[in-house]
Order: sequence, then C-alpha cells, then structure tokens
Amino acid sequence: MEQYISLFVRSIFIENMALAFLLGMCTFLAVSKKVKTAFGLGVAVTVVLGISVPVNQIIYFNLLAPGALDWAGLPEADLSFLGFITFIGVIAALVQILEMVLDKFFPALYQALGIFLPLITVNCAIFGGVSFMVQREYNLAESFVYGIGSGVGWMLAIVALAGIREKMKYSDVPEGLRGLGITFITVGLMAMAFMSFSGVQL
Amino acid sequence: MKKILEIIEKIEPDFLPGGKREKWFALYEATATFFFTPGYITKNKTHVRDNLDLKRMMIFVWAALMPAMFFGMYNIGAGANEAIAAGFAPLADWRVAIMGAIGVPMGAEAGWFASLLFGAFYFLPIYLVAFVVGGFWEVLFASVRNHEVNEGFFVTSILFALTLPATIPLWQVALGITFGVVIAKEVFGGTGKNFLNPALAGRAFLFFAYPSAISGDAVWTAVDGFSGATALSVAAAGGVEELAAQGITWAGAFFGSIQGSSGETSTFLLALGGLFLIYARIASWRIVAGVLIGMVATTLLLNVVGSDTNAMFAIPAYWHLVMGGFALGMFFMATDPVSAAFTNKSKWWYGALIGVMVILIRVVNPAFPEGMMLAILFANLFAPVFDFLVVQGNIKRRIARDGQ
Repeated sequence: MEQYISLFVRSIFIENMALAFLLGMCTFLAVSKKVKTAFGLGVAVTVVLGISVPVNQIIYFNLLAPGALDWAGLPEADLSFLGFITFIGVIAALVQILEMVLDKFFPALYQALGIFLPLITVNCAIFGGVSFMVQREYNLAESFVYGIGSGVGWMLAIVALAGIREKMKYSDVPEGLRGLGITFITVGLMAMAFMSFSGVQL
Repeated sequence: MKKILEIIEKIEPDFLPGGKREKWFALYEATATFFFTPGYITKNKTHVRDNLDLKRMMIFVWAALMPAMFFGMYNIGAGANEAIAAGFAPLADWRVAIMGAIGVPMGAEAGWFASLLFGAFYFLPIYLVAFVVGGFWEVLFASVRNHEVNEGFFVTSILFALTLPATIPLWQVALGITFGVVIAKEVFGGTGKNFLNPALAGRAFLFFAYPSAISGDAVWTAVDGFSGATALSVAAAGGVEELAAQGITWAGAFFGSIQGSSGETSTFLLALGGLFLIYARIASWRIVAGVLIGMVATTLLLNVVGSDTNAMFAIPAYWHLVMGGFALGMFFMATDPVSAAFTNKSKWWYGALIGVMVILIRVVNPAFPEGMMLAILFANLFAPVFDFLVVQGNIKRRIARDGQ
C-alpha cells in the first residue's frame, strides 16, 4: 500500500506532468484563461489518463513487449515497434468511447467537458503517461495509480496557471509579450517554484 | 523644504509631456514625490482616504528591516573575527585590503564596532549592487513604459540583499536582482502586477543557477577555508542533540548569533520589525498566523510519524521557528501584499500552505536544507486559486441567501 501512496504523491508533485516534464503544453497554455474551464479540462485529462494508462499496460505487456506472445506459442516475437501507433489508436478509441458513454449516461458531465474530451486525444501528457508506464514497467495497479496521480498533478498545475492568468488581467504586459509570450514566462516561473519538490526521495 | 519645492516647481514643465526632458519624467516624479505628497487627486467615484500610500508603506517595511540588517552586519563580522581569532586567514579580497589600510582591527582584538564595520564591508557592497542594478532596471522600464518608479523596489532590493550569504560574488548579486526585477516583476507591468515575490524569484534563480555560491557550509562566514554549517544543516545531520553538541543554543538562534544569510539570523529583531508592520497594518496578521499554524501542525504531525534515518523529523516546532529564513520569510515575504492572497479567508489558507510546505521541504526533501524561499514561491502560485475559491464561495452563499 505504501508503495502506491508514494507513487501517487510522486506523480502529482515531484514528477508533475506539466511543470516538471513540461508535457501537454499546447492545451496547458491554450485552455488556461479561466479557472472553471481549466478545472474541467483537468478532470478530463485525469479520467483519460486513469483509463488509458492501465489499458495500454494490459495491451503492451500481454501483446507487444518482447516475449509477451509466449502464451500464443510465439516466444520469439517482439512487437514493441508497434507500441506508439497502438497507444495512439487506443487513446483515440478510448476517448471516443468515453465520449459516447458520458453523452448517454452522464449528460451533465458531458456538457461540462464539452470540446475538451476530443481535444485531449492528442494531448502529449496522456501519451507521456503511457510512455513512462512502458519505460518503468509498471504493473496494472501501479499504472492505474500513476495515471490518476499524474492527471491530478496536471490538473493542479493548469488550475494554478489559470488562477494566475485571471489575476494577470490587471497586469500591464509589454505589447510584444502579451498572450502566449507572457504565459511562457509565467509557466517558467511556476516550474521554478515547483522545483521545491525536486530531490524528494519517496 | 521651501527651497526644494521651489526647485521642483521650477523644473516641472521640462518633464511634462512636450517638455525637453519628458523622457525622464519617471525619475522626476520619483524624486518629487519622495519629498512631497503627490498633487494628484482621485477622480472616480470610489476612493479611499488614507495617509498610508504606497510610498509610506514601503518605507515602513524598509525601516522595519533596519534592526535585523544592522545585527546581520554585526553577526557577519563577529563570526568572521571569531574564526580569524581561531587561526583562519581573512579572505584575500579588496574589502580586507581596504580594512587593513584604514586599520580596522580583526580577530581577537576586534570589538563590537570593528565587527559591525567588518560586516558592513561585506554586506553594504551587496546591498549597493542590488540597489543600483535593480534601480537601473526599474528606472529604465519606468521611463520607456511611462509608469512611475515604485518604492516597492526599495523593499525588493533590501530583502534580496538580506537573503544572500556574505561571500556571494557581486556579479551574481547583479544577475539575481536583474532576474527578480525584470522577469518576475517588470515584464508583468511593474509593482502590483506581478504574481511572484521578485526578491525571492531572484534568489531562487541564483540558488538553482549557482548553488555552490549560495548554499553549503563554506559560504556563510567571510573567512578563507572556514566551514561552518547553518543551524538547519546541523539539525539535518543529527537533530537537537547535534545542535547542542555544536554549541548552538535556542536562545542563541533566537537572538541571532548563528550562521546564515545576512539578515535572516535574528528571529528576535525580525519579529520586532514584523510586529511593528502588523501593528501598522501593513503586514497581514492572518498570513503570519496562518504560517505559524501550518508550521506547528506539520511539525507535530512529523514528530508523531517519526523516522529512524532522518533526524529532522524529531525537530520540535520552536526550533523550526528560529532556524534558517523562517522569521524573515514569515514576517516580510509571505506578507508581501502583491503576491499574497487578497481576501481575508484565503490569507489563512495561503499562510497555512507556506507553513506546511516549509516544513515538508526542510524535513522530507534532502536536496534542500532550507525551504522558506521555495515554500513562499510555491504558495504564490496558488494564492490566486485560493482567492478564486473564496470569491466563488461568497457568490454561492449570497445567491443562497438572497435568492435569484
């Protein structure tokens, strides 16, 4: 149990997807103007990460990894070169299915997430989470905890950025820096403050 | 005073738009309002009448730091003289050369005044560089972008200087204050428009860029080859027993005769200045109380959890209070009105987050012995979110109360 808690904390703070690895930047920068929408997007990313990391774990370690096809009588087979394309396909399909399920059974949540669900199909934070799972060879439970944790960490970061950007409405940024420029600087400064966790051993 | 007023009134037209020196208006305005109350009046419907304007407020903060600053200088000198008396050689730099030339006694025969002078030779150049370089950027941005030179910069430069060790190279001071003033403040539009504390952002930049000049055991005392750990590093090595073994008493740490950055050692004098600011309603008591509560609660929790390998777990709260930059950060940096939370309720949360984070970084993170700087920067990030949540809560409560 302890190992899962420490993995959870590590994936939220120490290995924060947005501010330590700077993954998922496109949506991070583009959809962080309002706290409310940022929160919605954060929830969507958490849900998709929480599902897609374990599902890809099952697929990778039972079908694609070197020697994984042993059960089918093919111990020599190594399909890991199909990894990336499989992950992308799985993530895209998952998001589609999730969208339909939400639309059918939880229309309120579907309305709240709106456009973000299809958007995060191509979010690099999701793909990054899956790739880290492969690289670190997480088991099924670990990959679920890691998926949720890194999603929550990403959500925390985008909500904080949205709060700062709402406050920055009152700032007087030089013209050339307005918009994305100052947001990049803001994210850099945030990443510096998030370095308070670098070096924590869990 | 009348003479000065006459001069200012005489040169004023030159600096107004259309005058021959209009580019320098920011400098003119800064000087004129330094001597006299500004002549502008509020034109909109809502306004607050208060004698406490930005200028007075910043000067109060600056004045409240004076005791700690002078004690810090004395402490630098006293520590160095003690080491010299024990047989270490002074650093071979220009400051020691000047001191030798004018005959400042060093080592065992140095009295308190000689120690103060010794410390001044190390601290004042740092402060001067921070002030001049930071002031250069401030005036440059003010002139080009047509905003006023703000006194917030007085506070930024002295706070920045007080958080640095005595031996830091001066070019690093210039680099750090440049980062703090330009990247953390001026690109957002100047005083009141930034979201991070500029002094701390500059220090954090130096801390990550040049760690060997700003952390470790050798940088705190301005003597060649002397290695003296800060109270926090001693505590990290062996807990309260090790502190006692090294001769660091609680009273000594409280009054400030320990190793550390220039202005952070004397909790007593910092508290004196801090309480003055709270009394003058410049610093928010809610933030200070929040930091204290967060710190004590987290410390008690970690004391109960305990650890066999990490001595920091067992350090009691009253020791955390007097070690490192806790007092300086709590009274003077957490309460920075710009980067802190704005509503009364969120100030509690913001303070508590700092208190929790500082202990977590000190105790759980072996990479950094001190956590106050990073804890405040971290809480700066979440201050707007706390404000947002409190405001949303208020809106919801009012809708529930008054109906739609």
